Amino acid sequence: MADLLFYFFSFVALVSALVMVLNPNAVGGAMAMIVSFVTTAALFVLLEAYFLAIIQVLVYAGAVMVLFLFIIMLLDVDKVETAYRFDRIGTLAAVCGFVLLASMLVVGLGSTHLPVPPTELVASNPDIISQATGIPFTTSSKSFGYSLFTKYMLPFQLVGFLLLAAMLGVIVISKRASQAD
Amino acid sequence: MNIGIHSYLIVSSLMFAIGFLGVILRKNTLVLFMSLELMLNAVNLALVAFSRFNNTMDGNLFVFFIITVAAAEVAVGLAIIVALYRKRQTVMVDELKALEN
Repeated sequence: MADLLFYFFSFVALVSALVMVLNPNAVGGAMAMIVSFVTTAALFVLLEAYFLAIIQVLVYAGAVMVLFLFIIMLLDVDKVETAYRFDRIGTLAAVCGFVLLASMLVVGLGSTHLPVPPTELVASNPDIISQATGIPFTTSSKSFGYSLFTKYMLPFQLVGFLLLAAMLGVIVISKRASQAD
Repeated sequence: MNIGIHSYLIVSSLMFAIGFLGVILRKNTLVLFMSLELMLNAVNLALVAFSRFNNTMDGNLFVFFIITVAAAEVAVGLAIIVALYRKRQTVMVDELKALEN
């Protein structure tokens, strides 16, 4: 059953990603992108990362794609792309990309079949995530909170500062653009 | 669950390659930016798979940070695209030739 779900969700994710890339209409592409993000969240669920699946749907499929659709609507680009971009540098980049893809596929196919480690149950063993190093994989979001406030305290605060800087930056960029008009 | 880590890695690398194809093929800056997000998403999938099969939580936390940074990046990037559109009235990369030669 889990195998079938994996094949289904990965197929839908890849096909909708391809639709997004090849669709000449930007709005249709954004819709396909939402499908791709939601099916990736389903793959996260199959990997038992439930918290990240929720975050993926809320942040990516929700906030980020709504922002994209809003900007597409705001700019209202009526010019539809007629042809794709083919130039010397693009061809070179495509060759490099296929070499990269081939090497990644070789690594993916050549990796040994690792056994799936059992997930620890926080409910039956509440002290499992109380060690500072080597936080074991659990399905509960308690381990997220614990890691964020112990091992990853500095990155956590830096990310908060980064969000503040991004917010201020967006305000500054928008203001300068309106003053230039 | 009989699906191993290699299946997730193959899906992730294919998704990354599709995003890369979009970046080199498309002209619309917004679609180009969405392709970049797709590449980030593919890396997230690989990190979660590694985290699950390595039985540590660190990969999951990395993905948490990546999603946060990606959200900030999208906000700034879209603001730049809007400012560009106000200045040049276009978002197509083949019409933005200020840096050419």
